[in-house]
Amino acid sequence: MNYHWNWGIFFEPNPMGTGTYLDMLLSGLVLTLKTAALAWIIALIFGTAIGVLRTLPSKTASWIGFCWVEFFRNMPLLVQLFLWFFVLPELLPRSAGLWLKQLPNAPFWTAAIGIGFFMSARVAIQLQAGIGSLPRGQRMAATALGLTTFQGYRYVLLPMAFRIILPPLTSEFLNTIKNTAVAITIGLIELTGEARSMQEFSFQVFEAFTAATILYLLVNAVVVTAMRFLERWVAIPGYITGK
Amino acid sequence: MFGNFDFDVIIRALPYLFKEGMTFTLMLTALAALGGLVFGTAIALMRLSGYKTLGRIAGVYVDFMRSLPLVLVIFWFYFLVPYIGQWVTGASRPISVGAFASSLITFIMFEAAYFSEIMRAGIQSISRGQPAAANALGLTYAQTMRYVVLPQAFRNMLPVLITQTIVLFQDTSLVYVLSITDFLGAASKVAQRDGRLVEMYLFAAVVYFTISCIASFGVRRLQARIAILR
Repeated sequence: MNYHWNWGIFFEPNPMGTGTYLDMLLSGLVLTLKTAALAWIIALIFGTAIGVLRTLPSKTASWIGFCWVEFFRNMPLLVQLFLWFFVLPELLPRSAGLWLKQLPNAPFWTAAIGIGFFMSARVAIQLQAGIGSLPRGQRMAATALGLTTFQGYRYVLLPMAFRIILPPLTSEFLNTIKNTAVAITIGLIELTGEARSMQEFSFQVFEAFTAATILYLLVNAVVVTAMRFLERWVAIPGYITGK
Repeated sequence: MFGNFDFDVIIRALPYLFKEGMTFTLMLTALAALGGLVFGTAIALMRLSGYKTLGRIAGVYVDFMRSLPLVLVIFWFYFLVPYIGQWVTGASRPISVGAFASSLITFIMFEAAYFSEIMRAGIQSISRGQPAAANALGLTYAQTMRYVVLPQAFRNMLPVLITQTIVLFQDTSLVYVLSITDFLGAASKVAQRDGRLVEMYLFAAVVYFTISCIASFGVRRLQARIAILR
């Protein structure tokens, strides 16, 4: 292989004048984490709402939930981001569209919200499965205690369901972090984007992508470890995983 | 809102979109699914083989692939494959492999990690008595896998495998980052040439949505049929 390795490249100043190449990658990492965090909050809020809708006895509610999930699941994330970023401002009334286009940091907000909605469909399915896996008696007991439907979900069903589905939710969280890389297509220069521009400026392809790879692996390791602690902490007594 | 929606742009672009774009997308999906399944099954067998080193290598590969964003993996292979080609053929400079080959290798290697986990679950779902019975009949390990375990594992996991293929079909749109003319790439090229982003991206969304919907509907029916058989 006649490739010129240069691992010292990370400590050389980058052409943007914002420090070294390493600083560039780290600022990309921060942007990745920010986008993922916001997207995950959106995914949890909407995923919970839709997951609950799908388990309600009302036909309309479960139909709305069904439509939401099918809409966000059957289109590539990339296409969805394009819809929010390029198409939505054109379809809105003129002034609203213009305001949307001129929003500072538009790629960041579009990516976070777009990925959040995309992931919400997956969270909803997990939550629906979690609620479905609870014994029928739990819902009945909540009713028997005089709790309203809302209180039943708030105090009985959701706390149980979330604790049961924590492991699959962990992988969805990891997917959310990984999916932020797709936002490179609407101009968000996150970790993969910074690695790509480092490669374009310095021609050190393999060093740039190796560094990005290691950073992604580190983030993964941190998330997995943290979630394992959380799992142990919230384990339900009496279940196989419980204390 | 749809006042100046230009359907003509779409109609004029149809041959290009489907003959160039969709053909590439479907071909990449089909070949990557097939290759991913073959490699994935091999990785699953490695993991379940009982040889510790072999299992560990397979495990590291799967964990590694699954912790990286697909976009990064696409970039990796795009730059790496020419060097691997040079190394394999002993050429004096990196070999240019072309967009299709490079993206196909990427997706096969990436999907193999996901397919291997599905096949592993499938193999583990077979009761212990089956390989034992095969053993008692005098079949070798390879024969047991080939005639007894894998066909059943494959059949049990068929709905999940197809679901993963639908995900793969959607994920192939990410070759956009290499400016390849897949379906989305074709749509976006027309969109930029004619300045018709709204029409082209909406149309692409509708096409992806329709195909994925029909496919997942098919999976649900298949699941129901397999469920009855048990």
